[in-house]
Amino acid sequence: MGYVAIKGGGRAIDGAADALELLRTRQGESARPLDTDTIEKQLYFLHSRILSEGGLYHPQLASLAIKQSLGDTLEASFALRAYRSTKPRLLETPVHDTSNMRLIRRISASFKDIPGGQMLGPTTDYALRLLRMDLLNESPEQFQAIAKTLLAGLPQQSGADSFPKVLDSLRAEGLLPQVNQAAREQPFDITREPLIFPVPRSAALATMARGETGSLLAIAYSNMRGYGDVHPTVAELRVGYLPVMLPHPISGELTEVGEVLMTECEVVAMYQGDDNKSVPTFTLGYGACFGHNEVKAISMAILDRALQKGMQDGAENPSEDPEFVLLHVDGIDSMGFASHYKMPHYVTFQSDMDRLRTTQQKQEAGHE
Amino acid sequence: MSNGINFAFLDEYAKREIRRSVIKAICIPGYQVPYSSREMPMGRGFGTGGLQLTLALIGADDTLKVIDQGSDDSVNAVNLRKFIEMTCPGIDTTTRLQEATLIQSRHRIPEQPLRADQILVLQVPYPDALVIVEPSEDKRKIMHGEADYSRLLVKLYEDIVKFDEITISHRYPTRINGHYIIDPSPIPRYDVPRLNHSEALILFGAGREKKIYAVPPHCLAEPLAFDDVPFRIEDFTDSHGERRACKLCGSKTSFLDEFIDEQGARVYQCSDSDYCEQQQELAHG
Repeated sequence: MGYVAIKGGGRAIDGAADALELLRTRQGESARPLDTDTIEKQLYFLHSRILSEGGLYHPQLASLAIKQSLGDTLEASFALRAYRSTKPRLLETPVHDTSNMRLIRRISASFKDIPGGQMLGPTTDYALRLLRMDLLNESPEQFQAIAKTLLAGLPQQSGADSFPKVLDSLRAEGLLPQVNQAAREQPFDITREPLIFPVPRSAALATMARGETGSLLAIAYSNMRGYGDVHPTVAELRVGYLPVMLPHPISGELTEVGEVLMTECEVVAMYQGDDNKSVPTFTLGYGACFGHNEVKAISMAILDRALQKGMQDGAENPSEDPEFVLLHVDGIDSMGFASHYKMPHYVTFQSDMDRLRTTQQKQEAGHE
Repeated sequence: MSNGINFAFLDEYAKREIRRSVIKAICIPGYQVPYSSREMPMGRGFGTGGLQLTLALIGADDTLKVIDQGSDDSVNAVNLRKFIEMTCPGIDTTTRLQEATLIQSRHRIPEQPLRADQILVLQVPYPDALVIVEPSEDKRKIMHGEADYSRLLVKLYEDIVKFDEITISHRYPTRINGHYIIDPSPIPRYDVPRLNHSEALILFGAGREKKIYAVPPHCLAEPLAFDDVPFRIEDFTDSHGERRACKLCGSKTSFLDEFIDEQGARVYQCSDSDYCEQQQELAHG
């Protein structure tokens, strides 16, 4: 057993941990602890956000992270991300085709009639943001009856649940560049390699896929407002469950091992006039992340477009600069560093004071 | 471990990657080796780079000392030490520098000399000294490769023109082995000369910025300065020209923390608490 050297600081930390635990449980005797299923289902969008920013698809542990962090999105994603560090990477999936997604929602802002049709699905887009006072005193019975009634009204089989991609039809018309199969690079794994600029597009996409929603939104918004000129149209936004395929350990045959809830967004942007002789086409931006996070996927698609433009023509705006965007959108990094300023900086501050006093003295001496 | 976490938290692949990066860092003194940097269960900025180095290097027979601002009892040092003890069963921890084989520190190099069988791990918030003159890492990499530090020298020169003094207080740019200039982490200028020809290996870990670099033993480390404007450490002389002493141990050579006591008087105390205690033990026999 090792000798342990601890004094006052250790007691203070223990005390702080207790105070936080009290904060979590202070509701007292009438309280029921949140169970992880409730978090996953009733705090669905919060849960989605943690899955995505945590960069690990583990619905139950994402719920646990939300529970133990008292709903702090940065902290919860952080706990999930740190858990990831303890696990070796065993396998890589092949590239997945999202046309196989089992969709719960799918829209296009570019065409009214898309093959398969628009499917609004669960969304707040057209909801009036009026507080529903009746939910203040919702009884468990009322609550349970709602889903039952809604599900009873549905037909048993509601048709196909996977649809072709909108982009495929644009591609068939020659409005988009063809997919260059030969140029398909080995995806860059940001969890195993540091970003050394310039980085491939796959590294940018991976970084944004687990980026912090607010950070992505803020930088994408700067582009939308005029610090940039992507002017996107949402060709397709889809939310659904993507079957995950892995090679069978014995036969090597691709086998479905489960499915992940994902949001995917493809934006089409106006052709940027340049002087090369190739046939002009629209340009593309792509966004995808775990969970149901539409604003994040749209922001990411816009930034992907902006970054591609920046890499090609040089960055004219922050949102087009890969270093600016990719090194500042990670919530774990940025919140950690912002929090670290709460730590003591006695030594460096002592040094600062030494410099300030010395320069003050020199200046005073100069005035005499 | 009972909760299924590997010895030293990280999986073995991660540790191996860090050790390889350390070897590269030693081979190219002062060069910032990029590495993937795993998320640790504590905040980026709280020493996750140093922590990953420590976890990759530590074995069950090591004795660890963790300090923050020179103190073993600072909350962050306690927190890191507790985490390492929890994930590395069998190791010893100590506050006495002489007993430690591995020392993780934030913002200070211990007051007393290090030995050849010790490794000092420093936590680094900003690994690149050039960041004050060039925000783009891509461009900084080229500047480092070409040993082009002219803009850094211009910054020092501008300081002298404006303030008649170099105003960089800590994180003082230091040239290693005649080529790469490093950010030696936020150690005070007082500590910078002790990087030069150190007996011990000194490793720098920046977790958030994903870099590892090293000042190997017996390696040249020179703070950036001009022939006619020498590098200067913090000045602890009082208005009578006397070197201030630590109020606890009386040391007149150590780096001092300044604070206001209950009577409102300004007092000074060793920043390195272990050194201070050892000095007091010596004085009292």
